[in-house]
Amino acid sequence: MDTFDNANPFQYAPAPESRDIARLKPSYGIYLNGEFRNGRGEAVKTINPATEEPLAEVAEADAADVDDAVSAARAAYQGTWSRTTPAERSKYLFRIARAIQERGRELAVLETLDNGKPISESRDVDIPTAAAHFFYYAGWADKLGYAGFGPEPRAIGVAGQIIPWNFPLLMAAWKIAPALATGNTVVLKPAETTPLTAITLAEIIAECDLPAGVVNILPGGPSVGQALVDHPGVDKIAFTGSTAVGKQIQKSVAVSGKRLSLELGGKAANIVFDDAPIDQAVEGIVNGIFFNQGHVCCAGSRLLVQESVHEEVIAALQERLQTLRMGDPLDKNTDIGAINSAAQLARVRALADSGDAEGAIRWSPECHLPDKGFWFPPTIFTGVSQANRIAREEIFGPVLSVLTFRTPAEAVEKANNTPYGLSAGIWTEKGSRILWMANRLRAGVIWANTFNRFDPTSPFGGYQESGFGREGGRHGLEAYLAQ
Amino acid sequence: MTITSVASGTSGLSDVTSDDASLRRFLHGLPGVDQVGAEGRAAALATRSIKTTAKAWAIDAAIGMVDLTTLEGSDTPGKVRSLCAKAVRPDPSDPSTPSVAAVCVYPDLVATAVQALQGSKVQIASVATAFPSGRASLQTKLADVRDAVLAGASEIDMVIDRGAFLAGRYLRVFDEITAVKQACGAAHLKVILETGELVTLDSVRRASWLALLAGGDFIKTSTGKISPAATPPVALIMLQAVRDFAARTGEVRGVKLAGGIRTTKEAVRYLVMVNEVAGPRWLSPHSFRFGASTLLNDLLQQRHKLTTGAYDGADYVSID
Repeated sequence: MDTFDNANPFQYAPAPESRDIARLKPSYGIYLNGEFRNGRGEAVKTINPATEEPLAEVAEADAADVDDAVSAARAAYQGTWSRTTPAERSKYLFRIARAIQERGRELAVLETLDNGKPISESRDVDIPTAAAHFFYYAGWADKLGYAGFGPEPRAIGVAGQIIPWNFPLLMAAWKIAPALATGNTVVLKPAETTPLTAITLAEIIAECDLPAGVVNILPGGPSVGQALVDHPGVDKIAFTGSTAVGKQIQKSVAVSGKRLSLELGGKAANIVFDDAPIDQAVEGIVNGIFFNQGHVCCAGSRLLVQESVHEEVIAALQERLQTLRMGDPLDKNTDIGAINSAAQLARVRALADSGDAEGAIRWSPECHLPDKGFWFPPTIFTGVSQANRIAREEIFGPVLSVLTFRTPAEAVEKANNTPYGLSAGIWTEKGSRILWMANRLRAGVIWANTFNRFDPTSPFGGYQESGFGREGGRHGLEAYLAQ
Repeated sequence: MTITSVASGTSGLSDVTSDDASLRRFLHGLPGVDQVGAEGRAAALATRSIKTTAKAWAIDAAIGMVDLTTLEGSDTPGKVRSLCAKAVRPDPSDPSTPSVAAVCVYPDLVATAVQALQGSKVQIASVATAFPSGRASLQTKLADVRDAVLAGASEIDMVIDRGAFLAGRYLRVFDEITAVKQACGAAHLKVILETGELVTLDSVRRASWLALLAGGDFIKTSTGKISPAATPPVALIMLQAVRDFAARTGEVRGVKLAGGIRTTKEAVRYLVMVNEVAGPRWLSPHSFRFGASTLLNDLLQQRHKLTTGAYDGADYVSID
């Protein structure tokens, strides 16, 4: 990649953000009923995936903590939060939003250390969008009667929320903001490999004087998640993560009376027509699959390109990939950071190897992977068939599978030929074709001439095995209102 | 974008300018530009953080790419001589400071510049073709060019007929550029598109290709007399045009950004764009220029800051 091109006189000097800004502590615990204390579960080390160095020890929760947290959330719901006026709820949310902005730099560095994503992404996307979600739902809190869910919509009660490791703080914001705006209380479990920003969010929430028990944050592994899902005191489960776990959760809550919303995997088609703005489409392809190392449920992991421009698009894409900079996630010029964990790296490798085995052609820009940490180069597979595993299974890594089509109808057919249905992209200068395609694609989010754009005002969610329920926008309120 | 399917033959580009219809077909067959996407890409490139050694290199490179310009009705031989002295030795207190690429003046002052720049490597650029509006007959424009070349200009900055371009008379614009190119002789030709008047990025892409097809050695954003002048999205599209033209023909043509670039920060951002969009081959005064006057002083102040660790005020650099 560019960094190793010695012929270029313009070598960007290292521009690392200081890790001191993260104010890392040696140990972290849980946030339960307004208090910070050690969980009664295992103490695990969370590591920096870019270097494999331990960052801090986290005293995780166990089932007893889940029990206490649900009781605290129930008591807070009945005792204070359901009696707090909507306008007061709104004020708390605004306060949290501003506090996230104020500590934005700290949160960005902490997120990058814990997750491995480039600082430019945590700084410019994750943290500002997390704050934006709180701002957005703060505005709804006292206007719920006008949201289209009846004149006096009511909260559900205690929401159990389980979030993934790909956007740790942002997913916490997606979950907590609408739940609080609608008057619910929350028990949230961050992902085991990325608990630090969620615990820091708990600090922010505590500093904002939110009444004890309204938000409880319990770092932990799958057993903590299972305890939360199974807990009879929980009225609603919201989960973002893999389809396999989502299915398990759906089984667990069956006939329990719990409300459920799931935001699961995807295998999105990014469809490029021959009349597309090619340069911008190339950017969209890059952003679609290499943003956040491809750790994005709505990633454009299948590129469907019209046969007549296939060569042109692939050549331009390869040229563009050579300018991507991979390396220290804290460096402000890094475009591609580290894979979040050894387990995820193994999964990405295994699926990429299956691409080789099934006859697809692998291409990566020349690049030097750091010796330590979990790294996978940006990779393109061409000559992929619809039947290949890399065209069907979610890789959740920086791996793009390229397929071709001849007609719009064929593009729709191939795009829809997946058990998922989270997102899709359409690239064409022809407006009528965008609408024609959008009407036929089975995907919750469809981007036209852009990809991976997120905004709190816009609903997000999937079809089929990508889940159900919507997050964001007015629609996002519904998942937290009694019916 | 790599255009491989537009025409046949090695480059196949001679066919596309054979008549008005072919030229229109070619220009309108270029991939469209999505404005939002182009602006997003330009903004993303501006977030690169260029520090220490990279910054030092970029500042010196930028100084060496400046076309130090004065284009005022009030220009005098004295003003031009002083500009030329500065062009050769931008910072008399530090001889390691590189000279700029060229000075850029009106045709009647070329002779003065030639005299003042004797013995230096600084080029002499002159605007011509009824700059800045271009509203004159072809004969007048060509006479303007010949005048400047005869007086010793080694580079000619012409303006295109934006009226003809916007009216869709592409071949007329093409023919005018080729005629000017011929009149230039050995002098390099920079073709000013005046992108502020073309407005859309699709038009910028078409005008860029038109100028490259007609033999322009450089495509240049603006006269500096119209706002907006050089902007990051426009620069992006023009850099893509020279990149794609080189991929198609093997010829490296240049880009000159002019108007509104006043700070080192902006200049460094544009160098990042050149590096990542066109490629490192373009990081040279032979293929990239800044048309500027005030920019140079900011570059010199930043250079000082980098070598001494302290800012010294505007009084420590010369006014032009």
